[in-house]
Amino acid sequence: MPPADPPGDRISPPPRFDPDSDQWVQVLSDAGPAREAALASLHDLLLRIARGELRRRGPQLRITGPELDDLAYQAAADALLAIVVKLGQFRGESKFTTWAYKFVIFEVSAKIGRHFWASRTVPMDAEDWERLPDRFGLDPARETERRELADAVRRAVDEHLTPRQRQIFVAIVLNGVPMDAMVTELGSSRNAIYKTMFDARRKLRSALAAKGYLNEQASRHS
Amino acid sequence: MNGWTALDRFLRTDPRDVGCAEAMELLHVYAELAAADASAAQRYPGIAAHLAACGPCGEDFDGLFAAMGADA
Repeated sequence: MPPADPPGDRISPPPRFDPDSDQWVQVLSDAGPAREAALASLHDLLLRIARGELRRRGPQLRITGPELDDLAYQAAADALLAIVVKLGQFRGESKFTTWAYKFVIFEVSAKIGRHFWASRTVPMDAEDWERLPDRFGLDPARETERRELADAVRRAVDEHLTPRQRQIFVAIVLNGVPMDAMVTELGSSRNAIYKTMFDARRKLRSALAAKGYLNEQASRHS
Repeated sequence: MNGWTALDRFLRTDPRDVGCAEAMELLHVYAELAAADASAAQRYPGIAAHLAACGPCGEDFDGLFAAMGADA
């Protein structure tokens, strides 16, 4: 029988993680000033990543100056909260910081999605099918081809998509609404919106191939 | 590339595509594998297929990859 642990002492389990990750998890799991200091350090790290990510995505955004920094602070604060709540789910499959950065990147995406509606003027359900050829880079001079493409897709949408699939296809493809903005608008998840679009794309491709607009054989493999 | 080719490419779906939920769940693991060597797509073909097709998840992957680089 192994000897009993000395009173008030305990044998630490072997680290499941790399030393840095183990340090993060241990200190964030404890209570007291060390935890507070670690939370402050993690917040600083997340804020730096959020600012970097917003800078990286800068060209796509219509946000600048203090508003951009506000977004970075919000993303860092919300990511920190998510990390604290989900700390027990960290399994050491990556460095702790990589796992933590994922949360702040997701928060940046979600906040950009929400911000989209602040400057948006076109309603997401407007159905201007003449825009469709532009979405696929069709030369404005090729009028017959443009009309044929728009008519064929519209007919396939009319005949094959459910109302929900149509709503999401029209918003994303015709009106250029980003998927994360749709998540906010519909109170849905990115996964659900993607799945709806995935099914819509598959149906439309199959319908257009059956009519001879797209390659039938390739269609069977997609 | 004409409009039909671009439309065809957009409508094409990959049956291996795992969707956003699974890709987001494993994005940190995939990103570290991708940074270490070229085996990420072979080990997780469904995530690779998803990241190639899903703009927002692809953007998140690029952001995480850049964050890891900034941290190195």
